[in-house]
Amino acid sequence: MDVHGRGVVITGASRGLGAALAQVLARQGARLALVARGEQALDEVAGAIRAAGGEAHAIAADVGAKDDVYPIAGAAASLVGDVEVVVHNASDLGPVPLALLADTACEDLERTLAVNLVGPFRLTKAFVGPMLLRQRGLVVHVSSDAATAAYPRWGAYGASKAALDHLARIWAAELDGTGVRFLGVDPGEMDTAMHAAAMPDADRASLADPGQVARQLARMIADDAIANGARLEAAAWEAAP
Amino acid sequence: MKAAARPRDDARTTRLLWLDPVRAELADGTIGDLRTRLREGDLLVVNDAATLPASLQGATAAGMPIEARLAASEGDGCWRAALFGAGDWRRRTEDRPPPPAVGAGEVLRFAVAGGRGRAAGGGARARQPAEDPAGAPLRATVTGVDAASPRLVSLCFEARGGALWRALYRAGRPVQYAHTDRPLALWQVQTPYAARPWAAEAPSAGFALTWELLLDLRRRGIAVARVTHAAGLSSTGDRELDARLPLAEGYEVPQDTVRAVERARERSGRVVAVGTTVARALEGDAACHGGRLVAEAGTTDLRLGPALRRGVVDGILTGVHDPGTSHFALLESFAPRKLLERAHAFAEQQGYQGHEFGDALLILGEGGGLRQI
Repeated sequence: MDVHGRGVVITGASRGLGAALAQVLARQGARLALVARGEQALDEVAGAIRAAGGEAHAIAADVGAKDDVYPIAGAAASLVGDVEVVVHNASDLGPVPLALLADTACEDLERTLAVNLVGPFRLTKAFVGPMLLRQRGLVVHVSSDAATAAYPRWGAYGASKAALDHLARIWAAELDGTGVRFLGVDPGEMDTAMHAAAMPDADRASLADPGQVARQLARMIADDAIANGARLEAAAWEAAP
Repeated sequence: MKAAARPRDDARTTRLLWLDPVRAELADGTIGDLRTRLREGDLLVVNDAATLPASLQGATAAGMPIEARLAASEGDGCWRAALFGAGDWRRRTEDRPPPPAVGAGEVLRFAVAGGRGRAAGGGARARQPAEDPAGAPLRATVTGVDAASPRLVSLCFEARGGALWRALYRAGRPVQYAHTDRPLALWQVQTPYAARPWAAEAPSAGFALTWELLLDLRRRGIAVARVTHAAGLSSTGDRELDARLPLAEGYEVPQDTVRAVERARERSGRVVAVGTTVARALEGDAACHGGRLVAEAGTTDLRLGPALRRGVVDGILTGVHDPGTSHFALLESFAPRKLLERAHAFAEQQGYQGHEFGDALLILGEGGGLRQI
C-alpha cells in the first residue's frame, strides 16, 4: 500500500526498528500515530519527524494494558483519520538477563504474552473493523527467528512470537478476500537496545542496522503483491520483479 | 419494557423483531435473520463513530463537585457539554442536583485516573487527588454559557493533540444511565467498527452486529457502508434542555457511501440505516442538497419524526424503545405510531429487552418502504 497521505500506527516507536520505520514512512508522506510507553523518547521521535516536515503524533500508552487499547485506537483515528496500516512492533523480551524457562517467573511470561501477543490481538480488533468497512488495510506483525527456532533462554519471547505468527496467519485466513491483509516479518538480528539487553556480548558489527531493515519493511508495506498471511524474512526477501 | 442492564456477552443472541410497515406484519427472530430479511442489492449503512469517554468528574473553581458530559465537538479542543451536580450515573439524571453555577472564563478541573494498575474491566477507578502531580488534572475553561439552559456550556481544554486525547481517555468514562447495573468500561461501549471517537453516546444499534454477520451479508450481495455521526446526549434530566435534544450534530458522509446508495437504487435495493444516527446523517445531508445525497462533512439539526419525508433511507435497524420516549418518536419516521405501539406490545409480551444493550427492531418494508409510501 502506498502510505502517502494515509494513517499508519506503529507500536514500539520510541526506539530501534519502530523509530527507524517511523522516519522512513514519514518521508514517504505517511500520517503517523506513534505508540510507546516512554513518553519522553516518543515525543523526541515524533518531534524530529515534524521538524523534518513529516506528520507524527505521540500516543504514550502500553500495548500490553487492556485499558489502553481503545484510547490508542481513538486517539490515533482522531489524529490521523482512517488508520490504513498497523505495525505491531512493540515487544517485551521476557526476563532480562534472559533465563531458562525453568527459572522464568510466570509473571514474566504473562507480561511477555500481554505485550507480544494479546496486545497486538486487541489492537488489531480495534483497528480491523473500520478497515473491513473500507475494504482496505494492512496489519504487519514483527516477529523473530526465535519464533521458529527453539533457542534456549528465549522461552517467553520465542513462545510469544510463535503464537503471534500463527495469530497473523489465522487473521489472514479468516479475512482473506476482504481487502484487509496481514503480514508477518522477521527483521533478523539488529543493532538495537533490545538486542543489547538480550545479548550484551554480541559483535555489533555482525548486526543489521535498524534503518536498513526499516527501509526493507517499508518496501514490504508498499508491495500489494505479497500474499496475504505471508511471513517474510527481511534479510532474504526481494520484491517480485 | 424490561431494560437490559449490561452489555450482552454474545451479540448473536440479540433478538430481532421485524416490522413490515407496508403490510403491517410482525415477526420474531434473532439478529442472524438479517441474512434473509435483507436481500441482494440492499445496503446497510452503519455509524462508525467510536464512543468517547464523555463523562468527566471534576470540580469548579470554588471546589464544588461537578460532572461534565461532552455532547458535541466544537473543534480545536473545545466541546459543548452538559453539566450535572454532585453524583454520577447511578442516579437518574432527572433526580440529580443541578450543577453549581459556572461563568464564562471559569476553569474547571477534572480528575485523571491513576497510572498503571487502574482497575481493568470497568471497575471503579482509583482517582488521584486533583493536586497530585502524578495525575495532574485535566483543565478546561468555560468559554460560553447557553442563554436558555445554563447547564449547557462550551468548554475548551488546555491540552491539545495527543496530550489532550491521552488526558481525556484517562479522565473520562463512558456516559451511562441508571438502568445499567455496573460501571461500563470504554471497550464495552464500542461497536465492532468504531473508528474516530465522535459519539457522546454509543451508536448502540451496532451492538447487535458481528463481523461474522456483516461479512456474510456482503457475501450475499448486501453492501455495508458507513457514515460518521457525532451522536450526542439523549438525556440531561433538565426538562427544557431535553426538549431541545438532539442538538445539532456533526456528520460525515464519504464518497464511497454516496456511490453505495446510488448503486442500491440502481439495483432496486433498499437502504437500511443501522440506528437513528445514521438516518439523521443521511437524511440531514440530503435535506441540505434538495434531497440528493452528497459526500461531505457537516452538521445537521434535522429531526426524525412523523413529519419527516424520507429521501434516502428505506428502513432502520434500531433498539426497542418505550412509547413516550424521544427515541420512540424518532421511529415514527419509519412506521405509523399505531403500528409501532403494536410492535412494542408484542416485543414486551415476548420478553424483549429495551435500551442500548437490549434487543433489536428492524422496520423495513418488503418492497422498499420509500417507494410504497
